Amino acid sequence: MSTAPADLNPPLHDPASRGRVIALTLFVFAVWEMARLTEFDLIGFIRALSDPAPRAFLFSFFPPAHSAEFLKLALVETWRTVAIATSGLFVAGLIAVPIAIILTRVLSLSSIGLSQRRGSFLSAVTKRILRSTLIFLRSVPELIWALLLVRVVGLGPTAGVLAIAITYAGMLGKVYAEIFESADQTPVISLLHQGAGRLQSFAFGLLPQCSDELISYTVYRWECAVRSSVILGFVGAGGLGQQMDLSMKMFAGNEVCTLLLMFVLLVALADWTSKTLRKVWE
Amino acid sequence: MNQRFVAILSLVVLVIASFISLDLNWAAFFEPDALSSMGRFVTEFLHPDLQPAFLTKVLFASFETIAMSALSTVIAAFLGLLIAFKASGVRSLLNVLRSIPELVWASLLLIAVGLGPFAGTLALALHTTGVLGRLYLEAIENQTEGPAFALHASGASSAQVFFFARLPQAFPQLVSYTVYRWENNIRAAAVLGVVGAGGLGKMLSFHLGLFQMNKAATVIGASLLLVALVDSVSDSIRRHLG
Repeated sequence: MSTAPADLNPPLHDPASRGRVIALTLFVFAVWEMARLTEFDLIGFIRALSDPAPRAFLFSFFPPAHSAEFLKLALVETWRTVAIATSGLFVAGLIAVPIAIILTRVLSLSSIGLSQRRGSFLSAVTKRILRSTLIFLRSVPELIWALLLVRVVGLGPTAGVLAIAITYAGMLGKVYAEIFESADQTPVISLLHQGAGRLQSFAFGLLPQCSDELISYTVYRWECAVRSSVILGFVGAGGLGQQMDLSMKMFAGNEVCTLLLMFVLLVALADWTSKTLRKVWE
Repeated sequence: MNQRFVAILSLVVLVIASFISLDLNWAAFFEPDALSSMGRFVTEFLHPDLQPAFLTKVLFASFETIAMSALSTVIAAFLGLLIAFKASGVRSLLNVLRSIPELVWASLLLIAVGLGPFAGTLALALHTTGVLGRLYLEAIENQTEGPAFALHASGASSAQVFFFARLPQAFPQLVSYTVYRWENNIRAAAVLGVVGAGGLGKMLSFHLGLFQMNKAATVIGASLLLVALVDSVSDSIRRHLG
């Protein structure tokens, strides 16, 4: 008599199966609930694609609009997008640099033991306020800033420039301060000890060490700002996005196609420019 | 040195040309009209609407936003895996999906699906598929070949090799990419509604349109909270993975 085959071939049993089944059930339930909440309807979507209006829109993508007049318009809007990003980032830098200087610990008089207690309390409060302002500026998305600003200054590039300036001031201020903090502090301290003013110590002790990193980071952010600037157009802040929004609302698929191609080219160009420029400072 | 001079010069020219070519209206910002409306904005903003009825609406929109971001991430992760497993030849498709921003996808999809969170979810899913597909592909391509080779050599099918060698090996990295994209998607989902794609963004643009700043402030506060919440959840997931 041979032994029972079960001994030679124990049942293939996954010891973790119970946990896995429970996790899978919960996962399916969660996905199901989320699908319900987002009115997920793939069949409806496919059916909608075969409706005449969306189909006509889709088929009108090709060939892309290529009349000289429209191409010129598209080019002008593309430049405006770049210009909004550039101006916005420049203003952001103007806001960010002074804040970053104030936030840099080594530049304060207490770093060489020259400050009274009351002064240092005041400066601590100021720094706390500035830090939280920067956090607030960068955590509200630029699109929401643009929505607000369009209502203050009206439609057009001014709202876009300001929206980018505000959001990117928050980002640049934080990173600039970090760059200043991580630099070698000895030149600043010796300048301060020799009686140089704080701005002088910054300009001659800190800035020369950091300038490469500052420029490189700013150029990288410029690339991001170009992308943002396209999006801002959708709420009326001018440039490529605004034109895209208009063309979509008129169901002019061929124009949308051209503008999308322009957008992809623009992003690639910004990408290349920023890479090339950053290589110069490496 | 010379190169740097040229680079600096071209940056300066770019900035000057930008300011000259835009018909910027800084005066509009400092007009009494704008200043007074800004003052009103700020005061109303500092008094967010916290009535229970409104908070319930905000809570529901928050759920919608979370659902949009999470569901789209799940769909994108699924499609991304499929692409990483089967179709490494679709890089150019991934590039197209990725290079068109969520908001543009959303406004294109609105034409087919109409207003609502569904369009937003699809838009996020499409863009994220492009991003995750590429990241997954790279993660799987860059791993060591040993385990996969061993399974191949012992006669495993390519599906078995994928599920028992490649996937488990890359799993922590894939999860970390996925939760990182989820963080990104909650931010995007909160603003997609601005073009009509549901969630908190839709409420925000509605109340801003009516100049109800106190309600807008509540909605913005809620979306900042959501982002912080998702960030901390995904942080703990990542820490859990080691």
